[in-house]
Amino acid sequence: MTPAEQTQRVSATPAAEQAITSLRAAGGPVMFVQSGGCCGGSAPMCYREGEFLTGSSDMLLGEVCGSPFYIDARLYESWGKPELVLDTEPGFAEGFSLSAGAGQHFVIRGQPAGTCSVDGC
Amino acid sequence: MKYAAPGKAESVVAVEPRYENFIGGKWLPPVHGKYRVNLSPATARPICEVADSTPEDIEHALDAAHAAAPAWGEASHTKRAAVLNAVADAIDAHREMLAVAESWENGKPVRETLAADIPLAADHFRYFAAAIRAQESTTTEIDSSTIAYHFHEPLGVVGQIIPFNFPLLMAAWKLAPALAAGNASVIKPASPTPWSILKLAEVIGDILPPGVLNIVTGPGGEIGKALAANPRIAKVAFTGETVTGRLIMQYAAQHIIPVTLELGGKSPNIFFSDVLAQDDDFLDKAVEGLVLYAFNKGEVCTAPSRALIQESIYDEFMSRALDRIGRIRQGDPLDTETMIGPQVSAQQLQKISSYVDIGRGEGAEVLAGGHRAAVGGEFADGYYYEPTVLKGDNKMRVFQEEIFGPVLAVTTFKDEAEAVRIANDTLYGLGAGVWTRDGSRAFRMGKAIQAGRVWTNCYHLYPAGAAFGGYKVSGIGRETHQMMLEHYSQTKNLLVSYDPKPMGLF
Repeated sequence: MTPAEQTQRVSATPAAEQAITSLRAAGGPVMFVQSGGCCGGSAPMCYREGEFLTGSSDMLLGEVCGSPFYIDARLYESWGKPELVLDTEPGFAEGFSLSAGAGQHFVIRGQPAGTCSVDGC
Repeated sequence: MKYAAPGKAESVVAVEPRYENFIGGKWLPPVHGKYRVNLSPATARPICEVADSTPEDIEHALDAAHAAAPAWGEASHTKRAAVLNAVADAIDAHREMLAVAESWENGKPVRETLAADIPLAADHFRYFAAAIRAQESTTTEIDSSTIAYHFHEPLGVVGQIIPFNFPLLMAAWKLAPALAAGNASVIKPASPTPWSILKLAEVIGDILPPGVLNIVTGPGGEIGKALAANPRIAKVAFTGETVTGRLIMQYAAQHIIPVTLELGGKSPNIFFSDVLAQDDDFLDKAVEGLVLYAFNKGEVCTAPSRALIQESIYDEFMSRALDRIGRIRQGDPLDTETMIGPQVSAQQLQKISSYVDIGRGEGAEVLAGGHRAAVGGEFADGYYYEPTVLKGDNKMRVFQEEIFGPVLAVTTFKDEAEAVRIANDTLYGLGAGVWTRDGSRAFRMGKAIQAGRVWTNCYHLYPAGAAFGGYKVSGIGRETHQMMLEHYSQTKNLLVSYDPKPMGLF
């Protein structure tokens, strides 16, 4: 896979872009690492850039608003290599993740992931 | 029976409007004076406010822990065991209060907290009281005049980060061995469940010397890192998800300190055709064993979330299981008849819902549930999801990812070899279940499955004395066993020569 192809695998909604812009303005660049599960996982974790050491098992899916987005390559494989969309929702930031603004956290919308709201389910 | 919701006049649980951090045996307000509202997932309405702490509060807790650690570490095993037994007695004496508080904050049915979470928490303190009381140092006779003495020493002050799914039991799993081994602890409870452990502190706070147990509530992004990356801790223990687990190892690497990590799974539950050989108690137990995916609303790292059923019995066995699933009672977590309560948070509910949609999109067949549950009444806004069963293929995302909800992914296998292949076709390796009347096969399967625990003809038992922990990306270290004392101890070796003669080298 070429870098050009990688950059097409993740994008952000306007709400997520707004949150990233605010985080950058407040404290500098950020990075995202997709989490695989357990006790509130399966969420995109947002850290200050360089906070999380990536390694050979991590795959760069692309950049959103200039922020790199990584996922464990084995996890991505098991997902069937979907295109991902970064969004925000009300709720706690999980693990050690930065929040996406007051009372908001980042979430991922996969394809063919549903985007239904809680009320609509 | 139905327990009254905490805060109501007739409830067994008293609720203060606001809770501070428990530091150095006292209740201390957060340095920045910020609090946040803590909700019950059953109603989506507030229980109380809890401290929204910052790194300064972690530093205060570490000050208190460091002040307490030397004396606690030097206390005799007899003394420490007596304190842990007193903690266990206090937990037992307040079983109903703690069970109702735990149920109301987490959403798990009170029948589970009364029968499992709280009694098991007490038992873990007793187990480690016994283990430390019976612990012996070792000596090795290297030669006739040289002896190696091995003594256990506490690490000092440890950081412990607790998940939301068993807020009190997971705290007991971590706290009991740490304290038994002579350490002081700073605990960060999970963001959705900060309160029940503060109720525990009300019960046991006076039994422990001040500073031995410290609890700081707040967001992981603020205080989780402040604790895990702190140069003043000698060890960090974490239960949660993999990315945070990696981050914690990274912080630990900076200070060369040990970690124990319990990081989740996607556990297979395997049913061989001989379970249907007779219509008896064992068959009934196996059917219940499948339905245990809904235990604690599926919010369990070891949830048997992949059922592998031998092809020849699939229709009959699944029909019995679906009948049992259809009779699951969902509702008020404080009703002892309720079997499944609400998910812990709105975002957890949303996540589960998304996964079920992903499953549908991948072509999985919905055999049961598949929607948010309408419980109605005062629970109309609660975060309830129907017990759900998806039939599909192990390559699907719903078979590979931990959904952390009452969602079972079911598939079939032809023979033992295929069962092993599917069982091990996962990144995780925490738990597994094997159901068969054939003891030889059970043993072979148990050895072949790459998981830290293989429940055989049972599931979801968590007794102290059975080691619990993961293979592969499911973690490092073991809990609920006396080997945990090693995880919380330093080894001191005194190598002593009783020979008066010089070595003769110089």
